[in-house]
Amino acid sequence: MKRIRIKKQLNRSHTGNFLVLLMLVVVGCFMGLPLYYNIIQSFKPVEERFIFPPRFYVVNPTGANYSQLFTLVSDLTVPFSRYLFNSVFVSIVSTGIGVMIGAMAAYPFAKKKFPGKNMLWRLIMLTLLFSGGVTALPAYIVKAKLGLINTYWVLILPSLASTLHMFLLRQFMLQIPDSLLDAAKLDGANDFRIFYNVVLPNVKPAFMTVVVLSFQNVWNNGSAGVIFREDLKLLPTALSQITAGGIARSGASAAAAVLLMIPPIVAFVLNQSKMLQTMAHSGIKD
Amino acid sequence: MSRSKKPERLTASYKMKHTLKSMRAERSSYFMIAPFLIAFFIFTVLPVVAAIALSFTDFNMLQTPNWVGFDNYKTLFLNDDVFIIAVKNTLILALITGPVGYMACFIFAWFINELPRRIRAFMTLIFYAPSISGSIYFIWTYILSGDRYGVVNGLLLDLGIIDSPILWLADTDYMLVCVIIVQLWLSLGTSFLSFLAGFKTVDTTLYEAGAIDGVHNRFQEIWYLTLPQMKPQLLFGAVMQISSSFAVGPVAEALCGNPSTEYATHTIINHVSDYGGVRYELGYACAISTVLLMVMLIVNKVITKLLVDE
Repeated sequence: MKRIRIKKQLNRSHTGNFLVLLMLVVVGCFMGLPLYYNIIQSFKPVEERFIFPPRFYVVNPTGANYSQLFTLVSDLTVPFSRYLFNSVFVSIVSTGIGVMIGAMAAYPFAKKKFPGKNMLWRLIMLTLLFSGGVTALPAYIVKAKLGLINTYWVLILPSLASTLHMFLLRQFMLQIPDSLLDAAKLDGANDFRIFYNVVLPNVKPAFMTVVVLSFQNVWNNGSAGVIFREDLKLLPTALSQITAGGIARSGASAAAAVLLMIPPIVAFVLNQSKMLQTMAHSGIKD
Repeated sequence: MSRSKKPERLTASYKMKHTLKSMRAERSSYFMIAPFLIAFFIFTVLPVVAAIALSFTDFNMLQTPNWVGFDNYKTLFLNDDVFIIAVKNTLILALITGPVGYMACFIFAWFINELPRRIRAFMTLIFYAPSISGSIYFIWTYILSGDRYGVVNGLLLDLGIIDSPILWLADTDYMLVCVIIVQLWLSLGTSFLSFLAGFKTVDTTLYEAGAIDGVHNRFQEIWYLTLPQMKPQLLFGAVMQISSSFAVGPVAEALCGNPSTEYATHTIINHVSDYGGVRYELGYACAISTVLLMVMLIVNKVITKLLVDE
């Protein structure tokens, strides 16, 4: 026990430790306060929300903002629960299918040899170098020409092939010893069986990580620009519509923002250690 | 050694046959990558190809596009003053938020990694939460709101530092700084997580050995012992950070609008959505996208090459 202590203190001065802590606290406040303030706002009754100077605590907490969300039907034409359903539905379906086909593709790229593999892999890695935002416009043209606009498909299909997630799964699969796969092969298992019974159970942390990342991604994606039917819109888009309602809606929009940030954060908290374990293999070795 | 070399001529048809044979043998591999590849080609590769092809036309979504050669590019670089502003803003934002965000990811991953276990998990959450909460950055519009109810204005007025509210998001003196701050707030994402994981895999016995061999403080330790072990993660983080720092735009649009006051926070991405989404000059918008895409690829290639050679 004592040894571990000493080891940890190696090369660490007290002043240095103090400065490090100070920096963590200051920047931690910068990171955390906006979110905290939003949560507090969502519980404030209307007379507390616009007090000068702004308060970082709430005197009479109320759930009125949350219940207002669900009764906002009059101006939004569809009930808030509909946006909630759309977001949950789209997130679950695209995450489920996306992670599955990503994992299935990652296995051959990690462990098999087939003609064209290197070329395809290089192409996939190349797309890792630019983010989706830059091709948003041509991607919109493609979606429009395929007739996907204003359907659930446009919310699901484009997020299915995530290069980053496939890359993470593949990196993790590289760690599986070949002997394990060879043994299964000798037992007469075909590639699909090997994938399902040997590979998948061995990459559980990476699988869960990609589930979380993919869920966060889809959950946070709005439907602006591709969905114009009110009953198919997603939560982030609904949120910006509510926010556009101005001061009268500030409570409801704070409440909606809290609802929006809970799922990704909970998903991360539950899987934090698995995610770190996976990200350790995220490195690009050249 | 007595065997003669294989004749070289034989190889072409032989290779072909061999390839086909191994393709058949590996058909399950193709089945397994097929669903991913189909979606990948349609929604990732096809848009890139479409952007490049349409950038040479006057495509407007309704009429058949006409070939216009390099006209779009000529207009873009020679006659579009707003594009030059967008390039300038994008460069400023990318050159500040990119490296600073990258350093922040690394430094805070380093600091947090040395905390006791429980606090470490909590701090990780605090630092990572903004980037995973997605479109939540709109709350900054309340914080930076231009009236006295805005949080920043409220606090500064209360403390007597300013005597009238500042229009943070509409005054050209402050707009870009505000966007930079919010962008940095969002920047501790995937790279941060990757670095944090990287620190955990570092072989700590090296530190003891290092201490004996004359490593005297934490900076020498990180420079000589930790960094070399984390190269793969550092490279991955660089790639992630570069591609996201050039794609700044949505945040600027959410905070300052599009177009923003005097184009003070107008970025290339905003320029694309202005021409694509508002004016429907899609051919021209594709030319802008293509330019940004090329810049991203080149910068990424150069920087990762530099990092590898280091």
